[in-house]
Amino acid sequence: MKLAYWMYAGPAHIGTLRIATSFKNVHAIMHAPIGDDYFNVMRSMLSRERDFTPVTTSVVDRNVLARGSQEKVVDNIIRKDAEEHPDLIVLTPTCTSSILQEDLHNFVERSQLEAKGDVMLADVNHYRYNELQAADRTLDQIVQYYIEKARRRGELPEGKTEKPSVNIIGTTTLGFHNNHDCTELKRLMADLGIEINTLIPEGASVNDLKKMPKAWFNLVPYRELGLTTARYLEEQFGTPYVDITPMGVVETARCIRKIQQVINAQGAEVDYENFINEQTLYVSQAAWFSRSIDCQNLTGKKAVVFGDNTHAAAITKILAREMGIHVVWAGTYCKYDADWFREQVSEYCDEVLISEDHGEIGDAIARVEPSAIFGTQMERHVGKRLDIPCGVIAAPIHVQNFPIGYKPFMGYEGTNQITDLIYNSFTLGMEDHLLEIFGGHDTKEVITRGISADSDLNWTKDGQAELNKIPGFVRGKVKRNTEKFARDRGFKEINAEVLYAAKESVGA
Amino acid sequence: MTVAQQPEALNFECETGNYHTFCPISCVAWLYQKIEDSFFLVIGTKTCGYFLQNAMGVMIFAEPRYAMAELEEGDISAQLNDYEELKRLCLQIKRDRNPSVIVWIGTCTTEIIKTDLEGLAPKLESEIGIPIVVARANGLDYAFTQGEDTVLAAMANRCPDKAPVAETEKNERNAIAKLLNFGKKKEDVAQDESEYVNHTPLVLFGSLPDPVVTQLTLELKKQGIKVSGWLPAKRFTELPVLEEGYYVAGVNPFLSRTATTLMRRRKCKLIGAPFPIGPDGTRAWIEKICSVFGITPKGLDEREAQIWAGLEDYVKLIRGKSVFFMGDNLLEVSQARFLIRCGMTVHEIGIPYMDKRYQAAELALLEKTCQEMNSPLPRIVEKPDNYNQLQRIYALKPDLVITGMAHANPLEARGINTKWSVEFTFAQIHGFTNARDMLELVTRPLRRNNNLKDLGWDKLVREEAKI
Repeated sequence: MKLAYWMYAGPAHIGTLRIATSFKNVHAIMHAPIGDDYFNVMRSMLSRERDFTPVTTSVVDRNVLARGSQEKVVDNIIRKDAEEHPDLIVLTPTCTSSILQEDLHNFVERSQLEAKGDVMLADVNHYRYNELQAADRTLDQIVQYYIEKARRRGELPEGKTEKPSVNIIGTTTLGFHNNHDCTELKRLMADLGIEINTLIPEGASVNDLKKMPKAWFNLVPYRELGLTTARYLEEQFGTPYVDITPMGVVETARCIRKIQQVINAQGAEVDYENFINEQTLYVSQAAWFSRSIDCQNLTGKKAVVFGDNTHAAAITKILAREMGIHVVWAGTYCKYDADWFREQVSEYCDEVLISEDHGEIGDAIARVEPSAIFGTQMERHVGKRLDIPCGVIAAPIHVQNFPIGYKPFMGYEGTNQITDLIYNSFTLGMEDHLLEIFGGHDTKEVITRGISADSDLNWTKDGQAELNKIPGFVRGKVKRNTEKFARDRGFKEINAEVLYAAKESVGA
Repeated sequence: MTVAQQPEALNFECETGNYHTFCPISCVAWLYQKIEDSFFLVIGTKTCGYFLQNAMGVMIFAEPRYAMAELEEGDISAQLNDYEELKRLCLQIKRDRNPSVIVWIGTCTTEIIKTDLEGLAPKLESEIGIPIVVARANGLDYAFTQGEDTVLAAMANRCPDKAPVAETEKNERNAIAKLLNFGKKKEDVAQDESEYVNHTPLVLFGSLPDPVVTQLTLELKKQGIKVSGWLPAKRFTELPVLEEGYYVAGVNPFLSRTATTLMRRRKCKLIGAPFPIGPDGTRAWIEKICSVFGITPKGLDEREAQIWAGLEDYVKLIRGKSVFFMGDNLLEVSQARFLIRCGMTVHEIGIPYMDKRYQAAELALLEKTCQEMNSPLPRIVEKPDNYNQLQRIYALKPDLVITGMAHANPLEARGINTKWSVEFTFAQIHGFTNARDMLELVTRPLRRNNNLKDLGWDKLVREEAKI
């Protein structure tokens, strides 16, 4: 048992659901107790979805505990198949079904006999994998399933596309700025003259998956999601993959050069050097920012970085290599892939921190007192407590991290966005500091606290106590309204009863 | 019952139970804030932790007095010893937080692997010297607010059964209070006692925000009824005395286990009343309590009328409109009854679980309200099926759907007004004073529509809804 207050990566089934609901017309059925379908709330709230989240539950209740699920799961699959005609139904195990050890495979096989769509069991064990690992595995599983299916039916396409083309693998629902990154990557590919063969899983149909072998190469922008799929495709079809995250000016250039190398090896004969030069010097503002006196003022300032592998590594490199900022430590919560992270950032920071314990991270921040933090929502709150500004760069995230405006982290527009995020975080902290030195903007109290001296009204102890329970930002108004109410009616004293009577009468 | 009355009766149905609601462990979120010296330990998996972390939103960052005892593979396969593991964690909690009580929340996983929490707790309690209360608030058996019910039922067994002899101690405390108040308090106390009618002690149960506790207590005080205690109190160490023969009354519709425990285990007498939600409910609640104590209520007519008059601007927005409750928190019947009194028509009351005995008075008031308002009796659908409900919503086109967040945005995108049901569990909706707050929530989507009505942006999905 482990005492835990907060976790960075969610449970395995969340990863599976993120993949399933990213595809079009795929439905997930969770084998879970009532209340475990919280994913629907998150998707509907955080990404402000207009459509119903295609996830339902085959409820595990007392009867299931006593007698097993019996026909229930099969019935639920067949019912959903008839109601919504999905292309694929993914039966999703949870922590509960992991220990019940029912033969979910058998349910899948039985329901496949009747269902018109495909049915599959997500092969993820709750106790072995977290959200990110499960998402990676599920995506791979679905791709394999449809490649194999096409192969059996002889429907696998022959050869590659005429022009250079790419599969972009790994943008999902509820992923950090994934939809904006996706748009930016599509734009980048268009600029490079590369066709998009498929884009999975977000917005894709499972029927398109058999087209995947036609691409010249695969691009895996996120370290956590899609590598397994890319490796499978390499092994099956010899398709090379590029797994350099195009985040930051230097890494974007590196990614483009790698793409150039990969497609030239297949006879494309492209040269992207001019494009990289033009974008770096004149389109992206990040390189110019590094030269400007704004950035000069940041030289040697201390920062710490924490997040998932992709974002923490990329931001660390940007801070150290492109802006001359002193990264005291950089960390990740992707413990299962810690070696990769160490290798990526070791030369760019003093220390590497691998941990899933937010307490340890908080202490490490307090210890080094950086001028700015780049982390998750949890680090933002640590920053609040310690009065240190924080830029959010990775999940776990809140609704404010699903902006409607265009805010990619990848590609050349991404470099602009990241520059703003970093510069604003540092200057915010500096402004606060200056304000404090000069004694603040306004030293007058806005709302009088306690009983004002000229008031002819006396607040009793219980009245005052009730008043204190009212949230601070409306307390002044409630107090004024109540006193007016009491004065109008000639009360000498204000107790709790008068306070609430005032509330009833004027809605104070 | 005559044959003619048959169709007039409420219609109860039961569907598949395939609906969306919060897991009952969410009760931790409001109970740890209510019971200030408690610590809630949820013994479960990452799934439970992930739910709490996301459902509690910003509260999670405020060093909450709750934590997960996250079960690992070794716990499931019994390679680790439950008792030793729990002892290690509870000692750590004692050292870091020093609470007056640790509440263990049993989850689906502890049910399935049959961890004997009730057996382990007394042993560990005597070893570490902190009371341990066990509540099995899991998704296998319960929905959302029923979590509070399991916790309060367990707490009911911890209430002292005799008032502490400390009459002298009490005086002493008063002495200090007197000193602090320069004797002013003394008059209050003497005056206080004479304001009350002599009646058998009354204890109320249900967790409410402190301001609402004060309001309801004062409301009863106006009738000369003294509230001897409240389950739960602000602190675990202040749990009310429950002697055999005391009267108890519930303030929320989801507290049936607590009510049962108070009656059977503590030998208290339950006052079965409608719940004090809406001015009509509050009035009926007070009247019922008065009638049990043989008191003729004073001034309730004027008070109710006055509250209704103050609500008129909101009521006129919803009068004649229809509402559909998808059902997820068990407050539905009381809310529907209040809204019918406001002049709304209710198509359907979805509800996770319906205790017809505990809610008897509320159901009777619902029927009576429908008759008086000349409104058709709604169907009450227990364990609803959300998919079927959506089909009915498309067919009925209600003016307002009260539903969970999973359905709210998709329904709005299809031009159907929604109110997120969870807000009702966290907002203050009890008593005369807060009737306005409840209507503020109910009318919000309609007021929003008045602001946006000329824009022609009702339906914002391309093809007709698939689900």
